[in-house]
Formats: sequence, C-alpha cells, structure tokens
Amino acid sequence: MNTLLSARPRLIPDECAAGARRDLAAHQSAHGRLDLSAYPSDLIAEVAASGLTGRGGAGFPTARKLSAVAAGTAPVVVANAAEGEPASSKDKALLSLSPHLVLDGLQVACRAVGSSEAYVYVHEGPLLALMSSLVTMRAGAGVDAVRPTVVAAPARFLSGQESAVVSRINGGRAIPSAVPPPVYERGVARRPTLVQNVETLAHLALVAGRGASWFRAQGTSDEPGSMLCTLGGGVRHRGVVEVPIGTHLGEVIDRAGGASQTLQAVLVGGYHGTWVPAAEAMDLPLSLAGLRPAGAMPGAGVVVALPSATCGLVETARVVGYLADQSARQCGPCLNGLPSLAQALLGLARCDRTHGLPDRVRQLTGLVEGRGACHHPDGTTRFVRSALTVLAAEVEAHLSGRCTATDASPVLPVPTREGRTS
Amino acid sequence: MNEAVQIDWIACDGRGLCAELLPERIRSDEWGYPLVSPEPLPADLLPHARRAFAACPTLAMRLVSKGSGGSR
Repeated sequence: MNTLLSARPRLIPDECAAGARRDLAAHQSAHGRLDLSAYPSDLIAEVAASGLTGRGGAGFPTARKLSAVAAGTAPVVVANAAEGEPASSKDKALLSLSPHLVLDGLQVACRAVGSSEAYVYVHEGPLLALMSSLVTMRAGAGVDAVRPTVVAAPARFLSGQESAVVSRINGGRAIPSAVPPPVYERGVARRPTLVQNVETLAHLALVAGRGASWFRAQGTSDEPGSMLCTLGGGVRHRGVVEVPIGTHLGEVIDRAGGASQTLQAVLVGGYHGTWVPAAEAMDLPLSLAGLRPAGAMPGAGVVVALPSATCGLVETARVVGYLADQSARQCGPCLNGLPSLAQALLGLARCDRTHGLPDRVRQLTGLVEGRGACHHPDGTTRFVRSALTVLAAEVEAHLSGRCTATDASPVLPVPTREGRTS
Repeated sequence: MNEAVQIDWIACDGRGLCAELLPERIRSDEWGYPLVSPEPLPADLLPHARRAFAACPTLAMRLVSKGSGGSR
C-alpha cells in the first residue's frame, strides 16, 4: 500500500487545489487527447482487471455493470452528478476542477457499452451551466463521439438514487421507483441504462488511458485505486482530499490538517453511514475490509469529525429531521416512521425525561427498516442505531436531565428549506 | 412449493385487507401497514394467501416463489 507521500492525486491535481479549473488544453496536455480507438479493444476486460468499483456509495464492480448494460439493445449512459448528501462535496469539486476527466469517462463508458445516447444529470446552478457549456464546446471541437444532454436534478437527498435518476430523465419526479426490473435492463426510454457516479467515470477514463496495472498501483489488492473524501466537522481544513483506498482514517484526517479540537466520534459514510468512536476510528483503514469490524462502510467518502464539545444527540436529531423531510413519501412506513423517529430523537436531544424514549427510538427503527421501495429508511436506521451505541453515555446523561456539551454550534450540515445550509 | 408474501411498498396504501384475510402471517403496524412474518407459508394457508393477494385494492401484495425472482 502506498504511503501518502508517494501517492500522487489522480483526479484533482495539485495545481487545482487553489481552485483553478483545468481547461481542455491543460487536461489534454496531462492526459492526452481523447482517442477511443487507442484504448484496449476489450475495454470491459480492462476495467474488470483494474478492480474499479463505483464511487457513488454502493461500491458495485464497474465492469459487471458495464457488461450487464452492454448485453442490452440501444443502451443509455448517465453521468450522475446529483450529490444529494449534504456532507459530501467531492462530486462538486471534481466537476468544478477536472470536468474534462469526467466527460472523457462518459465517452469511454459509451464506447464500452455501445451507447450513442448520454446524459449528464446535475443540480441546477453554476455546475449545470458549466456542464452545458462544456458539452457544447467539446461537441464543436469534435472531442465527443456522443453529445450528452444535460438534465437538471432537484437538490434533494434522494435525487441521485439510481432509479430516481432514470425517473427524472424520463420526465417524471426524481424519486425512487420499485425494482424490478433493474435500470440496467430497463431505464431511460425503457432501454438498458448505465448510471455511473461522476467520480467513477473519472477513474474509468484513467483506466482506459493508463491501464489496469497503473490503476492498481494505489489502494489494496482487494480494493484497488484511490477515492475522493469529503472531510468535515472538527478538522482544520474542511474539504475534499484524494487518498489511496485503505489509508488509515487518522492519516485521512491529517490530510485535512488534523483535528482542530478533541474528538469524540467520527461519522463515516454520510447520513446513511455509521458513527465510530474517535479513538477506534483513527486506526481503521478507509476500505470495506478495514471498516467492517467497526460496522461501517466507506460509502461515498464522507468523514465528519465530531468534537467532544458538541452534543452528538442534537446533531443526530437534526439530521434525522432532515432525512424525514427528504422522504419521497411513497411508502407508508417511511412517510410515517421517519418523522416519528425524528420527534423521538428530538425529545432525547432536549433531555426530555419521558419514560421509554430510547426504546421508542429502537422500536421505530425496527418498524421502518426494510419496509420501503428504496434504502432510505434502512440507511436512516443504520445511522440512528450507531448513534445510540456510540453516544450511549450521552443518552444516559440526557435521560438524567443533563447534556455534557459545551458548544452549541452545528457540525453536521443540513440544508434549510430555502437551500441555505445550517 | 415454497411461496412467500412480498409487499410493493409504493402501491401499498395501508388498507389492511391482507392482515384481515391472513392474520396468521400478517398484522398491521401502528399506521395500518402490513408487518409480514418471515415464516414460510404452509400448504393449508396458501388459499388464504391467494385470497388476500386478490383482495388487495392496490394490488400491492405479491406471492413470490422463494429462490426465484418470479411472482404470481
């Protein structure tokens, strides 16, 4: 495994760190002109050899997804930039600083599955405007074989879910639909559809251009490559870093300048992720295998450090209130259960000494888990259960009427209705 | 013949007919939505399960063969 010193960033080069976008000329100077005919004739085999997995959170083997879609007729490819996770900004950073790597990857994906129809699905605002102008420019310059259509994604938590993406592009609402059939069989316009996170497409472009062995030079043998992480909370420099998979969380946090204060816990994986006690977290490798003993998963690389001075229960309650608000409201248990869960957690956070609040929280997590068309209730359940476990001491304190926190400033970002983040 | 009850959560409206017709395997939660017991359906319950399946106003209940993705 590479140490951080020798692990050069692949997706967002150092010169972009100051916020300067890499334009097409600089991109082609670094990576060469996009030449699909120069790539391996069996692209999917090369991707399989690389071991690339999805970077949108689910971690599905990319070659398998490509094969499934390639097996269908007239497939469609979607670059998914709808980063609905409030604590994640890696996709925004990637699109903003290295957009051509993503757009090259989209062309590679089209070639790999035999698609002549592509979409870029991105939130309204500067990034949508950027994508629109870049795809037009690339088409005019003859760079892209397939000209993507840019589609606006609502800025909601579930908008980037695979079937929600397809539903929106098909003209409906950006909310999940029930599987079956899976989108790789029937998606956009009822055709086999490949939905791929923009970071995955960026890695795909590099695998096509530099090969599987190059890709495997970072990361672990079972989980090769690098990943983008968004560091937040009690770290000196919040933002996006790129690390080889398997890097210890302590080193990842050091990349963000280290902890800015004493930490009690780390949230790994975002708002459908898991809390891990701080001391335990630092020695955990950021990988599926490394996090498994702690019951956590890397997800889309969100790492939020919770200061000891902050009330973890207040933070958890605030996030669950947001998650309840973000329900697609299609399924009864989620529509009813998440707001009830948020209310019970709010009671706990406020040191409400009503008898049985923790039991009510546990009962509600059992009632919503697995009883919906998508994994929103399941992810919320995972987040809540890990909070009750890791913050057990704080729960006890609150049940006896006192909160140990000394700092009331919010740590976990939650967008307000008006779109501002608090 | 190994069949299990599956719920289409988007279609389900919490009307509760399934719980009335198959109380041995389905009860209603506090909001009226079905809680399905994971125990297998023995042969003598299958006619009741099929009746519940047919009675659902939103066709939200399915009987699926265990081990396959098929539905009836």
